[in-house]
Amino acid sequence: MSKFATTSRRGVLRAGLAAGALLPAASLSARAQDGPDPLITEVQDWARYTGAGVDETPYGLPIRFESDVIRRNVPWLTADPISSINFTPIHALDGTITPAGCAFERHHSGAIELAKPDYRLMINGLVDRPLVFTYADLERFPRQSGVYFCECAANSGMEWAGAQLNGSQFTHGMIHNMEYVGVPLKTLLAEAGIRPEGKWLYVEGADASSNGRSIPLEKALDDCMVAFKANGEALRKEHGYPVRLVVPGWEGNLWIKWLRRIEVTPGPVESREETSKYTDTLDNGISRKWTWVMDAKSVVTAPSPQVPVRHGKGPLVITGLAWSGRGAITRVDVSTDGGRNWRTARLAALGQRMAMTRFWLDHLWDGEEMLLQSRAMDETGYVQPTKDALREIRGENSVYHNNGIQTWWVRKDGSAENVEIS
Amino acid sequence: MSRYLDAVLLTVLLTSPALAEPLGLGREALPEEIAAWDVDVMPDGTGLPEGSGDVASGEGLFQEKCAACHGDFAEGLDNWPALAGGEDTLDHKDPVKTVGSYWPHLSTLWDYVHRSMPFGQAQILTPDETYAITAYILYSNYLVDEDFVLSDRNFSEIEMPNAGGFIVDDRPETEYPVFTAEPCMRDCKESVEITMHASVFDVTPTDPADKDKTDPVSKTEEPLPDPELIAAGEKLFAKCKACHMIGEGAKNRVGPVLNGTLGREAGTRDGYKYSPAMIESGITWTEENLRAFLADPKGFLPGNKMSFPGVKSSGDIEAIIAYLRAQP
Repeated sequence: MSKFATTSRRGVLRAGLAAGALLPAASLSARAQDGPDPLITEVQDWARYTGAGVDETPYGLPIRFESDVIRRNVPWLTADPISSINFTPIHALDGTITPAGCAFERHHSGAIELAKPDYRLMINGLVDRPLVFTYADLERFPRQSGVYFCECAANSGMEWAGAQLNGSQFTHGMIHNMEYVGVPLKTLLAEAGIRPEGKWLYVEGADASSNGRSIPLEKALDDCMVAFKANGEALRKEHGYPVRLVVPGWEGNLWIKWLRRIEVTPGPVESREETSKYTDTLDNGISRKWTWVMDAKSVVTAPSPQVPVRHGKGPLVITGLAWSGRGAITRVDVSTDGGRNWRTARLAALGQRMAMTRFWLDHLWDGEEMLLQSRAMDETGYVQPTKDALREIRGENSVYHNNGIQTWWVRKDGSAENVEIS
Repeated sequence: MSRYLDAVLLTVLLTSPALAEPLGLGREALPEEIAAWDVDVMPDGTGLPEGSGDVASGEGLFQEKCAACHGDFAEGLDNWPALAGGEDTLDHKDPVKTVGSYWPHLSTLWDYVHRSMPFGQAQILTPDETYAITAYILYSNYLVDEDFVLSDRNFSEIEMPNAGGFIVDDRPETEYPVFTAEPCMRDCKESVEITMHASVFDVTPTDPADKDKTDPVSKTEEPLPDPELIAAGEKLFAKCKACHMIGEGAKNRVGPVLNGTLGREAGTRDGYKYSPAMIESGITWTEENLRAFLADPKGFLPGNKMSFPGVKSSGDIEAIIAYLRAQP
């Protein structure tokens, strides 16, 4: 029993005063400063009456108090919500797994409803046996699981020319991290038999956009997965129910949803999504293509513009996410002074390859302004660069693959803003 | 057995399923099935069906099926992509990336138009129509003359202006060595100044909770039809949603907003680019006119640009009208 645990009123008062004396500027709302806390001294409704019975919500949603933790859209980004993107509320999450219900969506022709009995997957092209699988067929193949992040290549793309959006949800929320179960792509390809001339795959979805993309065979045979479960449940409609492709570490556009066809080809198709889009224009007007891998990146998710510090100075948890498409995160450093000095943050768990890593820095805030930054490192030795270092090489017109270091300016009152610094 | 081998075996047991002989799952894909789904076109033209189309017919098709989003001259409306223009802008600030200025392969254009366009009406274009629309987009970029005819035979003769404008990802050479160094931890800079504030742009969406107070739906003079009919109409409206928005916050899209359609003069929605036929129709959207229009859009008003074949069942039409009436 702690020394503050006491039943006498004077004891409670003393305990509150003692804590207050240690932390004078901290919020005192939960302390017995003005007398006993009625939340404790008075029997509350929830302690007297019964709550909801089982089955009231056969498949539950978050409690209503969390109704602000939702995906959000930036309407001016796209012409139409049917071909658009929204953002994961990463500012309000902790840990690493993204709940499917708030994991960002990106559709090119809307999220379709495709029932399992209507699902077909075709493998054709340079194969010995062109095949058609039903959903039930897929369930009979040996399975695999893995936790992977899926990041849109355009995540942070609005920030190339400077700080624009206020909130880690909007600057970094085109990402989710889920545990997938499915069949290794190489297993399905072996079933069809790849001919020696086959060097690439062309993969497409069943929706009206089809969103076809070319993938080199080496990647397909390495770690790609034809997934049907995420976080234990069936894929959500907006994430490609009943079947999507998982392409670990590579840009989300390749993770074809409602996967309907895999064609083995001699070369890339050079489809719309891999020429006119998802190519990165450099300062000299030349554009990079096939920029598939997502480089190491991190962001402080809180404090951040949507999550101001409300408790004043004293203990403050600075937290964020880090990930790399080239392997495991090995270290994350955090700066509170705009990159002059850095401290290595705690990782919640050892980094896993191509999966999100949670970091925490347990900080004693002095109440002065902070310029918060985080800097990720991965197992290749790559260190997340500053935005200016990226611009020096690429210019400001790349749109995609902005993995530069993010800065939040936390003011004395605890509010925060997206800024760029010298 | 060595500890190393144990570890390897354990890893194998834990992660990947053993690869063995084919399991014999699935069935052979039939030629007709492959033909139906395998419609992609490679940069060298592999996959193109026989056919042809000229600029003039392409222009007509484009006005009818594409211009609502991409503009009469492929210049792009609102946030919809521009398909023409943008020459010599790729090395400027905010480059204008169009078919003419950016796309490296003509096959991409043909493939995408044929497979995924028009938006909300994918795969309705025949090969000849696709050749014609492709020819018109080339023409709108000044890449071919007005009497040009594109076909599978002359397809590979067209070279796109930016064909040489791409390099394969060079980050491993240009960036990874630069960004792989032991990072500085102490006194890394002399000073730090804020150079830019996001709040200056003020483009972050506000919390929806802040603007939750909306006016209650105003009462209309007319008696509301029965809720079941409205609900049925709402379901049927899914077809219309490909082009039309309705309800709170609706905006013009491929088709105009449909709030308050009943009793409205045709062709008068602000900010929507109607066909001349619609503007000059002089009709009012009475139930009678809507019935006729929904049954046969092109027959009722020739020259209007709604590319929708019409609703066959008169019961369905009544339900849609009931739903429209319920959206003031």
